[in-house]
Amino acid sequence: MLVFEKTSLAKEIEQLIEKYGNSRSSLLSILQEIQANHRYISDYAQQEIARHLCIQPVEVYSVISFYAFLNSEPKGRNIVRICKTISCDMKNKMSIVKAVERELGIKIGETTSDNKFTIEYTNCLGLCDEGPAMAINERVFTRLTPQTAVENLHKVVG
Amino acid sequence: MKKPKVRNGKILFSEYTLGEGVRKALTLSREDILFEIKDSKLKGRGGAGFPVSTKWMLGAAAIAERKYIICNADEGEPGTFKDRVLLVEYPELVFEGMVIAGYAIGAKFGILYLRGEYEYIRKSLQDFLELMRKENLLGKNILGKEGFDFDIKIHLGSSAYVCGEETALIESLEGHRGEARNRPPYPVNTGFRGMPTSVNNVETLSCVPHIILNGGNWFKNFGTEKSTGTKLFSISGDCEKPDVYEWEWGITIAEMLEKVGAKNTKAVQIGGASGICIPKSQFNRKIAYEDIPTGGSIIIFDKNRDMLKILKNFMEFFVEESCGQCTPCRIGNTKLLEGVKMIENEKYTFAYLDKLKDLGKTMQIASKCGLGQSSPNSFISILENFKDEIFYHENGDANGK
Ligand SMILES: Cc1cc2nc3c(=O)[nH]c(=O)nc-3n(C[C@H](O)[C@H](O)[C@H](O)COP(=O)(O)O)c2cc1C
Ligand code: SF4
Ligand code: FES
Repeated sequence: MLVFEKTSLAKEIEQLIEKYGNSRSSLLSILQEIQANHRYISDYAQQEIARHLCIQPVEVYSVISFYAFLNSEPKGRNIVRICKTISCDMKNKMSIVKAVERELGIKIGETTSDNKFTIEYTNCLGLCDEGPAMAINERVFTRLTPQTAVENLHKVVG
Repeated sequence: MKKPKVRNGKILFSEYTLGEGVRKALTLSREDILFEIKDSKLKGRGGAGFPVSTKWMLGAAAIAERKYIICNADEGEPGTFKDRVLLVEYPELVFEGMVIAGYAIGAKFGILYLRGEYEYIRKSLQDFLELMRKENLLGKNILGKEGFDFDIKIHLGSSAYVCGEETALIESLEGHRGEARNRPPYPVNTGFRGMPTSVNNVETLSCVPHIILNGGNWFKNFGTEKSTGTKLFSISGDCEKPDVYEWEWGITIAEMLEKVGAKNTKAVQIGGASGICIPKSQFNRKIAYEDIPTGGSIIIFDKNRDMLKILKNFMEFFVEESCGQCTPCRIGNTKLLEGVKMIENEKYTFAYLDKLKDLGKTMQIASKCGLGQSSPNSFISILENFKDEIFYHENGDANGK
């Protein structure tokens, strides 16, 4: 990480501490914002957060590793999550997966070389009556066909 | 905020005007409210079915500097989406239920724990809270009631099914991994930040304003003796009209299938991945605490579905979502999934599968929280109820194709 990136990240974290406070119960809110802004929480960010909350960095890491929506490794700017739970599975989620994989030229779990997209599986999104469903970042898309799934990728990026 | 009110139901999906419930509640004493809830026999809609009045009375009796009301909107059970419908279309019921709970118990702080997957709903919920503050349905001296202050914050989760378990949820709120705690102590004594905390499901809280308005006795007109009121059902899978429906407790599986246009149904999974799978021969059974209780997830499978694949999907879910804290669940679910794969590859012995069923029974007893205690349910019920299909290829894929 470059020096100026570090300084700006440190500043961002300071602002978050101001916003949420430095008690342990602020940790998830802080991690969620860093995750939303950077799509991952770097080692440096983990150390800075730990310092402000007066806990060990490994504690921060253990929390990140627990939650599916928090990452300690870099991901694409847009995270595509396709529901693989039973109701979507029965609505042919595999055809959606294949279409998205084909369109982006990567497999589930991978990130495009331009860093624009990561595709992942997710468990039930609570949209089972409108499956197959997927989320791109925090937006959700339902009643997908292979074609609309691919169109949505481009809609989100604009 | 425009909300299309297109649903029809006897209680939750009936007409309601913002503020009615809280206004009525504040004319009553706390004891009266607890009495009405007790009289209604309302049970928790999150799955466990614990009587709401018992929890609230313990909360009201607790003496503490602070008390908390938590609304559990972690809704992660596969096949469940009714809480989402309440949050999007009926937020007034959810939030007013929390305010009334706060009044009854003597709590000033409410927290809605919203699952990370529902982040897109957060903005509209925050706007709604703002509206309630303007109407003085939240804030200080609510509706002029001297000394009754209550406000609600929204806390977003980051995706972990186990965080729906109330003690794991509290761990998560406190900034930790969502690992379930030992119970007792129960949250109603020692909950968020060690303070008395009442955790209730979105649907449970949504029933409260209607009970306060119409009385506990009225609520008992619906449902059965032990299962009073109505229930929201999240219906998905093989049917013409998947959606959320409000029906009285006591409805039979066959009646439900008829209403949603399900044809050639072979099996119905009741209660999501942690529930049980019911074969056609038992479709006359009732959904109620007297027979099959449920949080409301109903997944329908028609005759073309492969029950082993369905079981595999469920077991993969549990292997991923186990928090890993205790051995029966962490190792047990992996072993059960392995067993499913052995059947798939035809590399099993019946003796070994019997051992796995025993392991499942051990998990039901020895796991620390409800996740591990209920995850073997589908393994045991699917292998038992569909053994002809699974072991003799009744569906014809080995013989006929
Ligand atoms: C693994 C697991 C997941 C759960 N998920 C939820 C959930 O998403 N929503 C919910 O209300 N209750 C859930 N529960 C039940 C809660 O622990 C708790 O019983 C419930 O929130 C109490 O509210 P109620 O009495 O109003 O149902 C879950 C339990 C377990 C063991
Ligand atoms: S039963 Fe499973 S989810 Fe619950 S505490 Fe044990 S390992 Fe964690
Ligand atoms: S199964 Fe895909 S949203 Fe529930």
